[in-house]
Amino acid sequence: MTVILDNLTVSYQRHPAVHHVSGSFVAGDATAIFGPNGAGKSTLLKAMIGALTPDSGHARLQGFARQDIAYLPQQSEIDRSLPVSVLDLVATGLWHRTGPFGKVGRAGLGQAMDALEQVGLADFAPRAISALSSGQFQRVLFARILLQDARLILLDEPFTAMDAKTTFDLLELVRRWKEEGRTIIAVLHDYEQVRAYFPHTLLLAREVVAWGRTEQVLTDANLKRAVDTAAHWQDRATVCQVDGVNV
Amino acid sequence: MQHLYDLLIAPFVDFAFMRRALAGCLALSLGSGPIGLFLVMRRMSLMGDAMSHAVLPGAAVGFMLAGLSLPAMSLGGFVAGVLVAVLAGLATRFAGIKEDASFAAFYLLSLAIGVLLVSKSGSNVDLMHILFGSVLAVDDAALYLVSGVASVTLISLAFIYRPMLLESLDPVFLRSVGARGGLWHMAFLMLVVLNLVSGFQALGTLMAVGLMMLPAITARLWSESVEGMLVMAVSVAFVSGMAGLLLSYHFELPSGPAIILVAGLFYLFSLLFAPAGGALPRYIRARHFES
Repeated sequence: MTVILDNLTVSYQRHPAVHHVSGSFVAGDATAIFGPNGAGKSTLLKAMIGALTPDSGHARLQGFARQDIAYLPQQSEIDRSLPVSVLDLVATGLWHRTGPFGKVGRAGLGQAMDALEQVGLADFAPRAISALSSGQFQRVLFARILLQDARLILLDEPFTAMDAKTTFDLLELVRRWKEEGRTIIAVLHDYEQVRAYFPHTLLLAREVVAWGRTEQVLTDANLKRAVDTAAHWQDRATVCQVDGVNV
Repeated sequence: MQHLYDLLIAPFVDFAFMRRALAGCLALSLGSGPIGLFLVMRRMSLMGDAMSHAVLPGAAVGFMLAGLSLPAMSLGGFVAGVLVAVLAGLATRFAGIKEDASFAAFYLLSLAIGVLLVSKSGSNVDLMHILFGSVLAVDDAALYLVSGVASVTLISLAFIYRPMLLESLDPVFLRSVGARGGLWHMAFLMLVVLNLVSGFQALGTLMAVGLMMLPAITARLWSESVEGMLVMAVSVAFVSGMAGLLLSYHFELPSGPAIILVAGLFYLFSLLFAPAGGALPRYIRARHFES
Protein backbone atom coordinates (compact mmCIF):
# COMPACT_ATOMS: atom_id res chain seq x y z
CA MET A 1 0.00 0.00 0.00
CA THR A 2 2.04 2.92 -1.23
CA VAL A 3 1.65 5.98 -3.37
CA ILE A 4 4.55 6.24 -5.79
CA LEU A 5 5.35 9.03 -8.20
CA ASP A 6 7.55 7.76 -10.97
CA ASN A 7 9.20 10.49 -13.04
CA LEU A 8 5.86 12.32 -13.29
CA THR A 9 5.56 15.27 -15.66
CA VAL A 10 2.30 17.16 -16.27
CA SER A 11 2.24 20.27 -18.39
CA TYR A 12 -0.10 22.98 -19.62
CA GLN A 13 0.60 24.05 -23.21
CA ARG A 14 3.97 22.28 -23.05
CA HIS A 15 5.05 24.24 -19.97
CA PRO A 16 5.52 21.71 -17.19
CA ALA A 17 3.60 22.39 -13.96
CA VAL A 18 4.96 19.20 -12.43
CA HIS A 19 8.38 18.31 -13.77
CA HIS A 20 10.04 14.89 -13.42
CA VAL A 21 8.79 14.27 -9.92
CA SER A 22 9.73 10.95 -8.33
CA GLY A 23 9.29 9.66 -4.82
CA SER A 24 6.82 7.93 -2.56
CA PHE A 25 4.37 9.00 0.11
CA VAL A 26 4.45 7.34 3.51
CA ALA A 27 1.40 5.09 3.83
CA GLY A 28 -0.76 5.41 6.94
CA ASP A 29 0.51 8.89 7.73
CA ALA A 30 -0.07 12.53 6.81
CA THR A 31 2.02 14.32 4.20
CA ALA A 32 1.70 17.99 3.34
CA ILE A 33 2.43 19.29 -0.13
CA PHE A 34 3.87 22.73 0.40
CA GLY A 35 5.13 25.33 -2.03
CA PRO A 36 4.48 28.71 -3.62
CA ASN A 37 1.63 29.46 -6.05
CA GLY A 38 2.21 27.85 -9.42
CA ALA A 39 4.37 25.13 -7.92
CA GLY A 40 2.15 22.37 -9.34
CA LYS A 41 0.59 21.20 -6.08
CA SER A 42 -3.02 20.93 -7.27
CA THR A 43 -1.86 19.61 -10.62
CA LEU A 44 -0.02 16.82 -8.83
CA LEU A 45 -3.15 15.82 -6.90
CA LYS A 46 -5.29 15.86 -10.04
CA ALA A 47 -2.80 13.68 -11.86
CA MET A 48 -2.92 11.25 -8.94
CA ILE A 49 -6.69 10.77 -9.23
CA GLY A 50 -6.50 10.58 -13.01
CA ALA A 51 -8.26 13.86 -13.75
CA LEU A 52 -5.18 15.05 -15.66
CA THR A 53 -3.12 12.95 -18.02
CA PRO A 54 0.65 13.07 -17.46
CA ASP A 55 3.04 13.86 -20.32
CA SER A 56 5.29 11.14 -19.01
CA GLY A 57 5.74 9.00 -15.93
CA HIS A 58 3.03 7.67 -13.61
CA ALA A 59 1.36 8.18 -10.30
CA ARG A 60 0.91 4.65 -8.97
CA LEU A 61 -1.54 4.13 -6.12
CA GLN A 62 -0.46 0.61 -5.24
CA GLY A 63 -2.92 -1.34 -3.14
CA PHE A 64 -5.61 1.34 -3.38
CA ALA A 65 -8.74 0.59 -5.37
CA ARG A 66 -10.99 3.38 -6.67
CA GLN A 67 -13.24 3.22 -3.65
CA ASP A 68 -10.27 3.65 -1.31
CA ILE A 69 -9.62 7.16 -2.55
CA ALA A 70 -11.36 10.33 -1.40
CA TYR A 71 -10.59 13.67 -2.99
CA LEU A 72 -11.46 17.15 -1.77
CA PRO A 73 -11.53 19.60 -4.70
CA GLN A 74 -10.88 23.30 -4.37
CA GLN A 75 -14.15 25.08 -3.75
CA SER A 76 -13.87 27.14 -6.91
CA GLU A 77 -14.31 23.95 -8.92
CA ILE A 78 -17.78 23.30 -7.53
CA ASP A 79 -20.85 25.00 -8.98
CA ARG A 80 -22.86 25.94 -5.91
CA SER A 81 -25.63 27.64 -7.85
CA LEU A 82 -27.30 24.28 -8.50
CA PRO A 83 -30.39 23.51 -6.44
CA VAL A 84 -28.94 20.67 -4.38
CA SER A 85 -29.47 20.16 -0.67
CA VAL A 86 -26.64 19.73 1.81
CA LEU A 87 -27.76 16.19 2.66
CA ASP A 88 -27.87 15.16 -1.02
CA LEU A 89 -24.37 16.49 -1.61
CA VAL A 90 -23.00 14.58 1.38
CA ALA A 91 -24.80 11.43 0.20
CA THR A 92 -22.80 11.50 -3.06
CA GLY A 93 -20.00 10.18 -0.80
CA LEU A 94 -21.79 6.83 -1.04
CA TRP A 95 -21.09 6.67 -4.79
CA HIS A 96 -19.06 3.49 -4.51
CA ARG A 97 -22.00 1.71 -2.98
CA THR A 98 -24.76 3.27 -5.07
CA GLY A 99 -23.02 3.84 -8.38
CA PRO A 100 -24.74 6.14 -10.85
CA PHE A 101 -28.17 4.49 -10.50
CA GLY A 102 -28.38 2.70 -7.15
CA LYS A 103 -30.58 3.74 -4.29
CA VAL A 104 -29.13 5.68 -1.36
CA GLY A 105 -31.83 4.38 0.94
CA ARG A 106 -32.74 5.23 4.50
CA ALA A 107 -29.59 3.67 5.94
CA GLY A 108 -27.46 5.73 3.55
CA LEU A 109 -29.24 8.94 4.46
CA GLY A 110 -28.78 8.06 8.12
CA GLN A 111 -25.05 7.72 7.60
CA ALA A 112 -25.00 11.04 5.76
CA MET A 113 -26.77 12.65 8.72
CA ASP A 114 -24.20 11.12 11.07
CA ALA A 115 -21.40 12.58 9.01
CA LEU A 116 -23.06 16.02 9.06
CA GLU A 117 -23.46 15.69 12.82
CA GLN A 118 -19.73 15.07 13.17
CA VAL A 119 -18.87 18.30 11.37
CA GLY A 120 -21.49 20.17 13.42
CA LEU A 121 -23.96 20.86 10.63
CA ALA A 122 -26.82 18.43 11.31
CA ASP A 123 -29.34 21.29 11.28
CA PHE A 124 -28.26 22.29 7.80
CA ALA A 125 -29.21 19.02 6.10
CA PRO A 126 -32.26 20.30 4.15
CA ARG A 127 -30.76 23.66 3.17
CA ALA A 128 -29.58 24.50 -0.33
CA ILE A 129 -25.82 24.42 -0.80
CA SER A 130 -26.01 27.94 -2.24
CA ALA A 131 -27.09 29.20 1.18
CA LEU A 132 -23.88 28.18 2.99
CA SER A 133 -20.79 30.22 3.78
CA SER A 134 -17.53 28.89 2.40
CA GLY A 135 -16.54 27.64 5.87
CA GLN A 136 -19.82 25.76 6.30
CA PHE A 137 -19.53 24.38 2.81
CA GLN A 138 -16.05 23.08 3.56
CA ARG A 139 -17.44 21.24 6.58
CA VAL A 140 -20.04 19.69 4.27
CA LEU A 141 -17.29 18.48 1.93
CA PHE A 142 -15.43 16.99 4.90
CA ALA A 143 -18.64 15.21 5.90
CA ARG A 144 -18.71 13.67 2.43
CA ILE A 145 -15.15 12.41 2.94
CA LEU A 146 -16.21 10.91 6.28
CA LEU A 147 -18.93 9.06 4.40
CA GLN A 148 -16.51 7.84 1.74
CA ASP A 149 -14.52 6.14 4.48
CA ALA A 150 -11.46 6.07 2.24
CA ARG A 151 -8.00 4.82 3.13
CA LEU A 152 -6.31 7.44 0.95
CA ILE A 153 -7.50 11.02 1.41
CA LEU A 154 -6.34 13.79 -0.91
CA LEU A 155 -7.14 17.36 0.15
CA ASP A 156 -6.61 20.33 -2.17
CA GLU A 157 -6.15 23.52 -0.12
CA PRO A 158 -8.63 22.43 2.55
CA PHE A 159 -8.17 25.42 4.85
CA THR A 160 -7.83 28.34 2.45
CA ALA A 161 -10.09 31.21 3.56
CA MET A 162 -11.32 29.26 6.61
CA ASP A 163 -11.59 30.96 10.02
CA ALA A 164 -9.62 29.68 13.01
CA LYS A 165 -12.46 27.60 14.49
CA THR A 166 -13.32 25.85 11.23
CA THR A 167 -9.66 25.19 10.50
CA PHE A 168 -9.15 23.77 13.98
CA ASP A 169 -12.22 21.50 13.80
CA LEU A 170 -11.28 20.16 10.38
CA LEU A 171 -7.64 19.66 11.37
CA GLU A 172 -8.87 17.55 14.28
CA LEU A 173 -10.61 15.36 11.72
CA VAL A 174 -7.31 15.05 9.90
CA ARG A 175 -5.65 14.06 13.17
CA ARG A 176 -8.34 11.41 13.71
CA TRP A 177 -7.87 10.01 10.21
CA LYS A 178 -4.14 9.82 10.86
CA GLU A 179 -4.74 7.89 14.07
CA GLU A 180 -7.03 5.53 12.19
CA GLY A 181 -4.09 4.70 9.93
CA ARG A 182 -5.39 6.42 6.81
CA THR A 183 -3.00 7.99 4.32
CA ILE A 184 -3.54 11.74 4.00
CA ILE A 185 -1.99 13.98 1.38
CA ALA A 186 -2.94 17.66 1.62
CA VAL A 187 -1.98 20.78 -0.28
CA LEU A 188 -1.38 23.46 2.33
CA HIS A 189 -0.20 27.04 2.56
CA ASP A 190 0.18 27.45 6.30
CA TYR A 191 3.55 26.67 7.79
CA GLU A 192 2.22 26.25 11.34
CA GLN A 193 -0.51 23.79 10.27
CA VAL A 194 2.03 21.69 8.45
CA ARG A 195 4.37 21.57 11.41
CA ALA A 196 1.62 20.77 13.90
CA TYR A 197 -0.31 18.10 12.00
CA PHE A 198 1.79 16.71 9.16
CA PRO A 199 4.85 14.63 10.03
CA HIS A 200 5.97 14.53 6.38
CA THR A 201 6.27 17.25 3.76
CA LEU A 202 6.84 17.38 0.05
CA LEU A 203 8.22 20.81 -0.80
CA LEU A 204 7.32 21.34 -4.44
CA ALA A 205 8.33 23.99 -6.95
CA ARG A 206 7.43 22.17 -10.15
CA GLU A 207 10.27 19.87 -9.14
CA VAL A 208 10.89 18.26 -5.78
CA VAL A 209 12.84 20.73 -3.66
CA ALA A 210 12.83 18.47 -0.62
CA TRP A 211 10.75 15.50 0.55
CA GLY A 212 10.89 13.85 3.95
CA ARG A 213 10.36 14.60 7.64
CA THR A 214 8.69 17.99 7.95
CA GLU A 215 11.32 19.51 10.26
CA GLN A 216 14.08 18.57 7.83
CA VAL A 217 12.20 19.78 4.76
CA LEU A 218 10.89 23.15 5.90
CA THR A 219 14.24 24.88 6.41
CA ASP A 220 14.88 28.48 5.39
CA ALA A 221 17.29 27.41 2.69
CA ASN A 222 14.79 24.97 1.14
CA LEU A 223 11.93 27.47 1.26
CA LYS A 224 14.03 30.12 -0.45
CA ARG A 225 15.03 27.64 -3.11
CA ALA A 226 11.35 26.75 -3.70
CA VAL A 227 10.35 30.38 -4.19
CA ASP A 228 13.27 31.01 -6.56
CA THR A 229 12.50 27.95 -8.67
CA ALA A 230 8.78 28.67 -8.96
CA ALA A 231 9.38 32.28 -9.95
CA HIS A 232 11.68 31.19 -12.73
CA TRP A 233 9.39 31.09 -15.78
CA GLN A 234 10.86 31.14 -19.24
CA ASP A 235 8.83 32.38 -22.16
CA ARG A 236 11.04 30.69 -24.67
CA ALA A 237 12.06 27.58 -22.81
CA THR A 238 13.97 24.97 -24.74
CA VAL A 239 12.59 21.47 -25.06
CA CYS A 240 13.34 19.31 -22.03
CA GLN A 241 15.77 16.48 -22.78
CA VAL A 242 15.53 14.51 -19.55
CA ASP A 243 13.56 11.67 -21.10
CA GLY A 244 15.93 11.58 -24.06
CA VAL A 245 12.96 12.00 -26.40
CA ASN A 246 12.48 15.16 -28.39
CA VAL A 247 8.74 15.83 -28.28
CA MET B 1 -70.99 28.75 -17.79
CA GLN B 2 -71.97 27.88 -21.32
CA HIS B 3 -69.74 30.68 -22.47
CA LEU B 4 -66.71 29.31 -20.63
CA TYR B 5 -67.42 25.87 -22.05
CA ASP B 6 -67.47 27.28 -25.57
CA LEU B 7 -64.28 29.16 -24.92
CA LEU B 8 -62.16 26.48 -23.22
CA ILE B 9 -63.64 23.03 -23.73
CA ALA B 10 -65.76 22.95 -26.87
CA PRO B 11 -62.89 23.29 -29.38
CA PHE B 12 -61.34 20.09 -28.01
CA VAL B 13 -64.64 18.23 -27.82
CA ASP B 14 -65.74 19.21 -31.31
CA PHE B 15 -62.56 18.74 -33.30
CA ALA B 16 -60.28 15.72 -33.46
CA PHE B 17 -57.34 17.78 -34.71
CA MET B 18 -57.54 19.96 -31.59
CA ARG B 19 -57.56 16.89 -29.35
CA ARG B 20 -54.57 15.48 -31.16
CA ALA B 21 -52.76 18.79 -30.88
CA LEU B 22 -53.50 18.87 -27.16
CA ALA B 23 -52.20 15.34 -26.67
CA GLY B 24 -49.11 16.32 -28.67
CA CYS B 25 -48.59 19.32 -26.41
CA LEU B 26 -48.83 17.14 -23.31
CA ALA B 27 -46.23 14.72 -24.64
CA LEU B 28 -43.96 17.56 -25.74
CA SER B 29 -44.23 19.19 -22.32
CA LEU B 30 -43.31 15.96 -20.54
CA GLY B 31 -40.21 15.50 -22.67
CA SER B 32 -39.01 19.04 -23.39
CA GLY B 33 -39.77 20.55 -19.99
CA PRO B 34 -37.28 18.44 -18.00
CA ILE B 35 -34.69 18.59 -20.78
CA GLY B 36 -34.91 22.39 -20.81
CA LEU B 37 -34.52 22.46 -17.05
CA PHE B 38 -31.29 20.49 -17.20
CA LEU B 39 -30.02 22.77 -19.96
CA VAL B 40 -30.69 25.78 -17.70
CA MET B 41 -29.05 24.15 -14.68
CA ARG B 42 -25.99 23.21 -16.72
CA ARG B 43 -25.74 26.81 -17.99
CA MET B 44 -26.41 25.66 -21.52
CA SER B 45 -29.60 27.64 -22.14
CA LEU B 46 -28.43 28.79 -25.54
CA MET B 47 -27.31 25.30 -26.52
CA GLY B 48 -30.88 24.29 -27.32
CA ASP B 49 -31.09 27.14 -29.77
CA ALA B 50 -27.83 26.10 -31.42
CA MET B 51 -28.97 22.50 -31.67
CA SER B 52 -32.30 23.46 -33.20
CA HIS B 53 -30.44 25.13 -36.05
CA ALA B 54 -28.14 22.16 -36.37
CA VAL B 55 -31.11 19.90 -37.07
CA LEU B 56 -32.11 21.79 -40.23
CA PRO B 57 -29.86 20.24 -42.93
CA GLY B 58 -30.81 16.73 -41.86
CA ALA B 59 -34.49 17.57 -42.11
CA ALA B 60 -33.83 19.14 -45.51
CA VAL B 61 -32.04 16.04 -46.80
CA GLY B 62 -34.95 13.94 -45.55
CA PHE B 63 -37.32 16.25 -47.41
CA MET B 64 -35.28 16.03 -50.64
CA LEU B 65 -35.23 12.25 -50.54
CA ALA B 66 -38.75 11.49 -49.40
CA GLY B 67 -40.79 14.66 -49.69
CA LEU B 68 -42.84 15.95 -46.79
CA SER B 69 -42.45 12.70 -44.87
CA LEU B 70 -42.22 12.88 -41.12
CA PRO B 71 -40.08 9.78 -40.53
CA ALA B 72 -37.52 10.80 -43.15
CA MET B 73 -37.27 14.37 -41.96
CA SER B 74 -37.13 13.36 -38.30
CA LEU B 75 -34.45 10.77 -38.89
CA GLY B 76 -32.44 13.23 -40.97
CA GLY B 77 -32.80 15.91 -38.33
CA PHE B 78 -31.75 13.54 -35.57
CA VAL B 79 -28.66 12.40 -37.48
CA ALA B 80 -27.64 15.98 -38.25
CA GLY B 81 -28.15 17.08 -34.66
CA VAL B 82 -26.19 14.20 -33.20
CA LEU B 83 -23.43 14.74 -35.76
CA VAL B 84 -23.05 18.37 -34.70
CA ALA B 85 -23.09 17.37 -31.02
CA VAL B 86 -20.42 14.72 -31.56
CA LEU B 87 -18.21 16.96 -33.71
CA ALA B 88 -18.48 19.81 -31.22
CA GLY B 89 -17.75 17.41 -28.38
CA LEU B 90 -14.66 16.07 -30.16
CA ALA B 91 -13.44 19.60 -30.93
CA THR B 92 -13.82 20.54 -27.27
CA ARG B 93 -12.02 17.46 -26.13
CA PHE B 94 -9.14 17.35 -28.56
CA ALA B 95 -8.61 20.89 -29.82
CA GLY B 96 -8.78 23.07 -26.73
CA ILE B 97 -11.90 25.04 -27.73
CA LYS B 98 -14.55 25.80 -25.13
CA GLU B 99 -17.77 23.86 -25.60
CA ASP B 100 -20.01 26.85 -26.36
CA ALA B 101 -17.59 28.12 -28.99
CA SER B 102 -17.27 24.79 -30.76
CA PHE B 103 -21.07 24.34 -30.74
CA ALA B 104 -21.46 27.79 -32.25
CA ALA B 105 -19.00 26.94 -35.01
CA PHE B 106 -20.56 23.62 -35.95
CA TYR B 107 -24.20 24.65 -35.78
CA LEU B 108 -23.52 27.64 -38.03
CA LEU B 109 -21.87 25.33 -40.55
CA SER B 110 -24.82 23.00 -40.31
CA LEU B 111 -27.34 25.82 -40.65
CA ALA B 112 -25.63 27.17 -43.75
CA ILE B 113 -25.72 23.74 -45.37
CA GLY B 114 -29.37 23.41 -44.41
CA VAL B 115 -30.44 26.74 -45.89
CA LEU B 116 -28.48 25.93 -49.04
CA LEU B 117 -30.20 22.57 -49.42
CA VAL B 118 -33.67 23.94 -48.79
CA SER B 119 -33.24 26.83 -51.23
CA LYS B 120 -31.88 24.52 -53.93
CA SER B 121 -34.49 21.83 -53.59
CA GLY B 122 -37.72 23.22 -52.29
CA SER B 123 -39.87 26.31 -52.19
CA ASN B 124 -39.99 28.93 -49.49
CA VAL B 125 -43.21 27.36 -48.28
CA ASP B 126 -41.31 24.20 -47.38
CA LEU B 127 -38.68 26.19 -45.53
CA MET B 128 -41.44 27.97 -43.62
CA HIS B 129 -42.95 24.62 -42.70
CA ILE B 130 -39.68 23.22 -41.39
CA LEU B 131 -38.95 26.37 -39.45
CA PHE B 132 -42.42 26.92 -38.01
CA GLY B 133 -44.27 23.59 -38.19
CA SER B 134 -47.96 23.29 -37.53
CA VAL B 135 -49.29 21.77 -34.36
CA LEU B 136 -52.80 21.67 -35.83
CA ALA B 137 -51.62 19.30 -38.54
CA VAL B 138 -50.26 16.71 -36.11
CA ASP B 139 -51.27 13.27 -37.38
CA ASP B 140 -51.15 9.89 -35.67
CA ALA B 141 -47.59 9.20 -36.80
CA ALA B 142 -46.41 12.48 -35.34
CA LEU B 143 -48.28 11.76 -32.14
CA TYR B 144 -46.57 8.38 -31.80
CA LEU B 145 -43.20 10.01 -32.41
CA VAL B 146 -43.75 12.77 -29.85
CA SER B 147 -45.07 10.45 -27.15
CA GLY B 148 -42.38 7.86 -27.88
CA VAL B 149 -39.68 10.51 -27.49
CA ALA B 150 -41.28 11.77 -24.27
CA SER B 151 -41.24 8.25 -22.83
CA VAL B 152 -37.63 7.63 -23.83
CA THR B 153 -36.65 11.01 -22.40
CA LEU B 154 -38.28 10.47 -19.02
CA ILE B 155 -36.88 6.97 -18.61
CA SER B 156 -33.38 8.02 -19.70
CA LEU B 157 -33.40 11.04 -17.43
CA ALA B 158 -34.32 8.84 -14.49
CA PHE B 159 -31.20 6.81 -15.25
CA ILE B 160 -28.68 9.55 -15.97
CA TYR B 161 -30.06 12.06 -13.46
CA ARG B 162 -27.49 11.56 -10.70
CA PRO B 163 -24.24 11.38 -12.70
CA MET B 164 -25.40 14.21 -14.95
CA LEU B 165 -26.24 16.54 -12.09
CA LEU B 166 -23.01 15.63 -10.32
CA GLU B 167 -21.07 16.30 -13.49
CA SER B 168 -22.19 19.92 -13.51
CA LEU B 169 -21.98 20.26 -9.74
CA ASP B 170 -18.62 18.74 -8.99
CA PRO B 171 -16.84 17.33 -12.07
CA VAL B 172 -13.50 16.59 -10.40
CA PHE B 173 -15.18 14.56 -7.67
CA LEU B 174 -16.94 12.52 -10.34
CA ARG B 175 -13.57 11.84 -11.96
CA SER B 176 -12.08 10.92 -8.59
CA VAL B 177 -14.65 8.16 -8.08
CA GLY B 178 -13.83 6.83 -11.50
CA ALA B 179 -16.96 7.86 -13.41
CA ARG B 180 -16.78 9.22 -16.91
CA GLY B 181 -18.59 12.55 -16.96
CA GLY B 182 -18.33 12.94 -20.73
CA LEU B 183 -20.42 9.86 -21.38
CA TRP B 184 -23.43 11.21 -19.50
CA HIS B 185 -23.01 14.55 -21.13
CA MET B 186 -23.17 12.97 -24.57
CA ALA B 187 -26.25 10.93 -23.64
CA PHE B 188 -27.90 14.11 -22.48
CA LEU B 189 -27.10 15.96 -25.71
CA MET B 190 -28.72 13.10 -27.65
CA LEU B 191 -31.87 13.59 -25.60
CA VAL B 192 -31.78 17.31 -26.42
CA VAL B 193 -31.60 16.53 -30.15
CA LEU B 194 -34.30 13.88 -29.87
CA ASN B 195 -36.71 16.32 -28.23
CA LEU B 196 -36.01 19.07 -30.74
CA VAL B 197 -36.72 16.65 -33.56
CA SER B 198 -39.93 15.50 -31.90
CA GLY B 199 -41.03 19.11 -31.51
CA PHE B 200 -40.39 20.24 -35.01
CA GLN B 201 -43.37 18.69 -36.76
CA ALA B 202 -45.64 20.38 -34.27
CA LEU B 203 -43.85 23.64 -33.62
CA GLY B 204 -41.08 23.87 -36.19
CA THR B 205 -37.37 23.80 -35.37
CA LEU B 206 -37.34 27.37 -34.10
CA MET B 207 -40.41 27.20 -31.87
CA ALA B 208 -39.58 23.77 -30.42
CA VAL B 209 -36.75 25.41 -28.47
CA GLY B 210 -39.27 27.86 -27.04
CA LEU B 211 -41.33 25.14 -25.38
CA MET B 212 -38.08 23.64 -24.10
CA MET B 213 -36.51 26.75 -22.61
CA LEU B 214 -39.21 29.22 -21.56
CA PRO B 215 -41.05 26.89 -19.13
CA ALA B 216 -37.71 25.70 -17.72
CA ILE B 217 -36.42 29.22 -17.09
CA THR B 218 -39.80 30.15 -15.61
CA ALA B 219 -39.64 27.10 -13.31
CA ARG B 220 -36.31 28.24 -11.88
CA LEU B 221 -38.03 31.38 -10.67
CA TRP B 222 -40.69 29.45 -8.78
CA SER B 223 -38.94 26.65 -6.94
CA GLU B 224 -35.69 25.94 -5.14
CA SER B 225 -35.68 22.18 -5.47
CA VAL B 226 -35.11 20.15 -8.61
CA GLU B 227 -38.36 18.23 -8.06
CA GLY B 228 -40.38 21.42 -7.74
CA MET B 229 -38.77 22.85 -10.85
CA LEU B 230 -39.52 19.70 -12.86
CA VAL B 231 -43.20 19.81 -11.94
CA MET B 232 -43.35 23.53 -12.64
CA ALA B 233 -41.58 23.28 -16.01
CA VAL B 234 -43.89 20.54 -17.27
CA SER B 235 -46.99 22.35 -15.98
CA VAL B 236 -46.07 25.69 -17.53
CA ALA B 237 -45.26 23.99 -20.82
CA PHE B 238 -48.58 22.13 -20.91
CA VAL B 239 -50.74 25.08 -19.86
CA SER B 240 -48.96 27.25 -22.44
CA GLY B 241 -49.66 24.59 -25.06
CA MET B 242 -53.34 24.44 -24.19
CA ALA B 243 -53.81 28.20 -23.97
CA GLY B 244 -51.84 28.71 -27.17
CA LEU B 245 -54.02 26.21 -29.01
CA LEU B 246 -57.19 27.95 -27.85
CA LEU B 247 -55.84 31.35 -28.85
CA SER B 248 -54.89 30.04 -32.24
CA TYR B 249 -58.36 28.45 -32.64
CA HIS B 250 -60.40 31.46 -31.59
CA PHE B 251 -58.32 34.17 -33.24
CA GLU B 252 -56.99 32.20 -36.21
CA LEU B 253 -53.35 32.69 -35.19
CA PRO B 254 -50.51 30.36 -36.15
CA SER B 255 -50.38 27.87 -33.27
CA GLY B 256 -46.59 27.59 -32.73
CA PRO B 257 -45.93 31.26 -32.00
CA ALA B 258 -49.18 31.49 -30.01
CA ILE B 259 -47.99 28.69 -27.70
CA ILE B 260 -44.55 30.18 -27.26
CA LEU B 261 -45.97 33.65 -26.63
CA VAL B 262 -48.16 32.30 -23.83
CA ALA B 263 -45.08 30.62 -22.33
CA GLY B 264 -43.32 33.97 -22.72
CA LEU B 265 -46.11 35.71 -20.82
CA PHE B 266 -45.71 33.19 -18.01
CA TYR B 267 -42.02 34.00 -17.98
CA LEU B 268 -42.52 37.78 -17.90
CA PHE B 269 -45.08 37.46 -15.11
CA SER B 270 -42.74 35.21 -13.12
CA LEU B 271 -39.84 37.56 -13.68
CA LEU B 272 -41.77 40.10 -11.64
CA PHE B 273 -43.74 38.02 -9.15
CA ALA B 274 -42.26 34.53 -8.73
CA PRO B 275 -41.22 33.75 -5.13
CA ALA B 276 -37.83 32.11 -5.77
CA GLY B 277 -36.15 34.80 -7.85
CA GLY B 278 -38.77 37.25 -9.13
CA ALA B 279 -37.92 40.95 -8.91
CA LEU B 280 -40.69 42.10 -6.57
CA PRO B 281 -40.35 39.39 -3.87
CA ARG B 282 -36.67 40.19 -3.80
CA TYR B 283 -37.43 43.86 -3.44
CA ILE B 284 -40.08 43.48 -0.77
CA ARG B 285 -38.04 41.36 1.58
CA ALA B 286 -39.92 38.90 3.73
CA ARG B 287 -39.10 39.35 7.41
CA HIS B 288 -36.13 37.20 8.24
CA PHE B 289 -36.05 34.40 10.76
CA GLU B 290 -34.49 34.64 14.16
CA SER B 291 -30.86 33.59 13.92
